[in-house]
Amino acid sequence: MARMKFLCDAERCIECNGCVTACKQEHDIPWGVNRRRVVTINDGVPGERSISVACMHCSDAPCMAVCPVDCFYKTENGVVLHDKDLCIGCGYCFYACPFGAPQFPQAGAFGVRGKMDKCTFCAGGPEPNNSEAEFKKYGRNRLAEGKLPACAEMCSTKALLGGDGDVLAEIYRTRVTSRGRGSEVWGWATAYGRPDQSKQPGVPGAAPGAPGAPATPPPGGSKS
Amino acid sequence: MRRLLVTLAAASLAVALGAGLAGCGERPQVVQYKQGKYQGKPDEPPYATAPWNGNKEAWEQALTARNQNQNEYKRVR
Repeated sequence: MARMKFLCDAERCIECNGCVTACKQEHDIPWGVNRRRVVTINDGVPGERSISVACMHCSDAPCMAVCPVDCFYKTENGVVLHDKDLCIGCGYCFYACPFGAPQFPQAGAFGVRGKMDKCTFCAGGPEPNNSEAEFKKYGRNRLAEGKLPACAEMCSTKALLGGDGDVLAEIYRTRVTSRGRGSEVWGWATAYGRPDQSKQPGVPGAAPGAPGAPATPPPGGSKS
Repeated sequence: MRRLLVTLAAASLAVALGAGLAGCGERPQVVQYKQGKYQGKPDEPPYATAPWNGNKEAWEQALTARNQNQNEYKRVR
C-alpha cells in the first residue's frame, strides 16, 4: 500500500462542516480543539470555494523536523503520528506546520498549553490498537478496523477523499474527466498523473486548457 | 629605556594585529541539521490486531475496497 493522503475537491465542498463534526464526534475531541476545519476563500462572494483542512500527513513533515523531543514518527503507510507521553507542548510544530494542523488544548490557567493534538488519519497512536488508552489520548483507530478516516467517509458530497494516495488520484482523475473541469484545482499531475496519458496528445476526456486537450469543453463544463 | 618602550609597543601592535586578523577567517557558521530519531514508544501496525491478526494483505484489500467506495462513478453505475 502506498501513502495515505487526504484530497479535498473544492468543486464539491459545500462548507457543511460535516467532516469537522464527524471528527469531533468520532474521537471525542475536547472543546477548543479542531483537528479538522473548513476554510472558505472569498466567503460570500459568488464563486467562493471551500476546502477542508487538517494534517496533510506530509511526506517530508516540517513538524517532525522541528520537534525538540522527537516525538513524531511516520507509520509504514505514511501517516504522521506523535507520542503524547513525550510531547512537551512547546508549540514548535504549530509554527512549522503550513496547515495549522497541530492543536493545543488549554491545560490550565493563564493559557497554559497542553500536549499537542492533531489529526491521526484515524490511526490512533503508540498505544495498543483500539485500547482505552489509545482512544483517550489519540481517538479511535479506524484504520485498525479496516475503515478510512471518519471525515472522508462521512462527507456527503464526497468532496473530501481519504485513503491510499494512488487510489485517490485515480478517483479524482475519473471525476475530472467525467465532469470536464477541475484539473486546475489540484494540477495536471494529480488529475492526469499517469505518464502514458499525459504524454499523449489528444487523450479522450482530457481537461480544457491542458496539453493535448480538446479545444471545447464537454457539455456543462463551463458551469461552476 | 626608549628602545624598550618602542619594542614593547611594536610587540603589542603585532599581537593586536594578529588577534584582529584572526577574526577575519572564513569558517562555515551554519549549523548542520541532523534529522532526529523518534524517541517515543513503538506503535504496532493497524493490521497487527484482530480481526486481521497480522494479515497485511487482507487488511489492505479491505481498505482498498473501502477506498473504492468513495468513487461514486464506479459505485453507482
